[in-house]
Amino acid sequence: MERLIYVMKRLFARRIVLIAALTLLLIVALAIFFPFISGVDPNEISVLQRLKAPSAEHWAGTDELGRDLTMRIVWGGRYSIMIGIVTALFSVIAGTALGLLAGFFRRLDGPIMRVIDAMMSFPDILLGISLVSILGASLWNVVLALTIVYTPRVARVVRASTLVIRELLFVDAARALGVSTPRILYAHILPNLLSPVLVQFTFIFAYAILAEAGLSFLGVGVPPEVPTWGTMIASSLQYADMAFWTIVFPGIAIILTALSLQIVGDGVRDMLDPKLRKSA
Amino acid sequence: MFRFIMARLGGTVAVLILVAVMVFALTRLASGDPIAVLLGDQASAEDIAQVRVQYGLDKPLLTQFGYWVKEVLQGNLGQSIFLQRPVTQALAERTEPTFFLALFAVTIAALIGIPCGLIAAVWRGRFVDQVFSAVAMLGASIPSFWMGLILIQVFAVGLGWFPASGYGNPGVSLAERLHHLVLPATVLGVLNSALIIRFTRASVLDILNEDYVRTARSKGLSERVVILKHVLKNALVPIVTVVGLTLALMIGGAVVTETVFNLPGVGNLVVRAVLRRDYPVIQGALLVIAGIYVLINLVIDLIYMLVDPRIRV
Repeated sequence: MERLIYVMKRLFARRIVLIAALTLLLIVALAIFFPFISGVDPNEISVLQRLKAPSAEHWAGTDELGRDLTMRIVWGGRYSIMIGIVTALFSVIAGTALGLLAGFFRRLDGPIMRVIDAMMSFPDILLGISLVSILGASLWNVVLALTIVYTPRVARVVRASTLVIRELLFVDAARALGVSTPRILYAHILPNLLSPVLVQFTFIFAYAILAEAGLSFLGVGVPPEVPTWGTMIASSLQYADMAFWTIVFPGIAIILTALSLQIVGDGVRDMLDPKLRKSA
Repeated sequence: MFRFIMARLGGTVAVLILVAVMVFALTRLASGDPIAVLLGDQASAEDIAQVRVQYGLDKPLLTQFGYWVKEVLQGNLGQSIFLQRPVTQALAERTEPTFFLALFAVTIAALIGIPCGLIAAVWRGRFVDQVFSAVAMLGASIPSFWMGLILIQVFAVGLGWFPASGYGNPGVSLAERLHHLVLPATVLGVLNSALIIRFTRASVLDILNEDYVRTARSKGLSERVVILKHVLKNALVPIVTVVGLTLALMIGGAVVTETVFNLPGVGNLVVRAVLRRDYPVIQGALLVIAGIYVLINLVIDLIYMLVDPRIRV
């Protein structure tokens, strides 16, 4: 606990990181709790209120079915954030496993890394749309496709860190003491990978939200009836000329979330790597 | 040296083979039957079976793969199911907009990224550094289609300075083409400059700590000469690499931007192919795009080996 407080203090020493973390917390809390507290139905259709510009009553205006956009954005945030978190979590688990194996066992290094190289030679979005089109457009298939896209990135980072940690003295010492290989991996190497993996988690969280929006825009993302920030923009596209707010505000929600995530990730990295520290 | 180059080449061949396997597997794992889509609801089971034979889709997967690789090595990427022409031809027709867009965008990205990164590194920790770093992160947080839609609203619909979409009628002048590319290239260039800012900053910071920079300063050279002649020149090799990789990525990665601006490029071709399950086009485009990326990577590595002996160790 004391250590956690110490880490927090150092992480939030830069005010911008603190602001980003609070913004993030607010967005996540709103997405989780707001729909329960407000009692307003985000799917309530009101034909008379179609495509109304932002006003005191509807802060962000209304969409093509007369639904309040502020509510829709908060509601859609649940799905966008969920896609981001789950994708980041899966990518981190799969990528850590692959990177750990490649970095620790020399024999596996070549084969695993060639596969990773091959996967990374496809541009992210291109691989994403191809995978979604094959798997079929559903919420979980988008998560699966994005996980496949981002796993190699984690694997590369984890492998590089494992290569360094493997050569450190405490690993030799553990082996000399007769500690088994699985235990060395689990108890000695894995904990030291925590920080680079954490950084990757925040970045993939952000990229996944952006990628989901991109896929929805292209028409190969989650089905339109799932209200993510991406599908909201995609479904309002044809009204862009007369009701521009339907596109602007969900976009701002995406940017704010992705930016906060990246600032926090950057802050974590700065804290861990003294070489990169801004005040150096 | 020779052994290293051979090892690197071997690795590249392995990656290319894996890329081919992945591309093939990807399109064959798909659920929908492209022939059924192609022939529509009216087609009978016999019709579908007959066309399947025509496209070789009735053979075992391994046979199909072997056949496909043999054809690819002869430069034949197959026949598009929907466009009624060879995939190579379809790709070739779409290359020009994508290539010009990538070149235009990378120029913008470099013109923003290199000076900003240099300034951020020289005044590291100061206010400008913080601002540029924040801007770089902002660039990486904006969805490209969203920025495209905003620019279209402001500069095409609102002000009318640039066309909102397309690549002009066939046969219009190069200047007219470039005019169509201004907005999409701005989107791609501005958003991709983020990576170049970060990279330039990092590599300039590395060089600033070198002994010869201290020597140059103690010789009494002006700070401007030190930065431009000693630091930037040496930092340029990794920077040029990242610019080259950005270009390589844009050739295949401008999918979203091409779609927003309705540019008839390679990315647009792939999106349409994906929506229509036109397997040969998806296969061909993915293979060519990934192949180009792998080869550019190889060339960069080889140049590094020649230029910097430390990498050979």
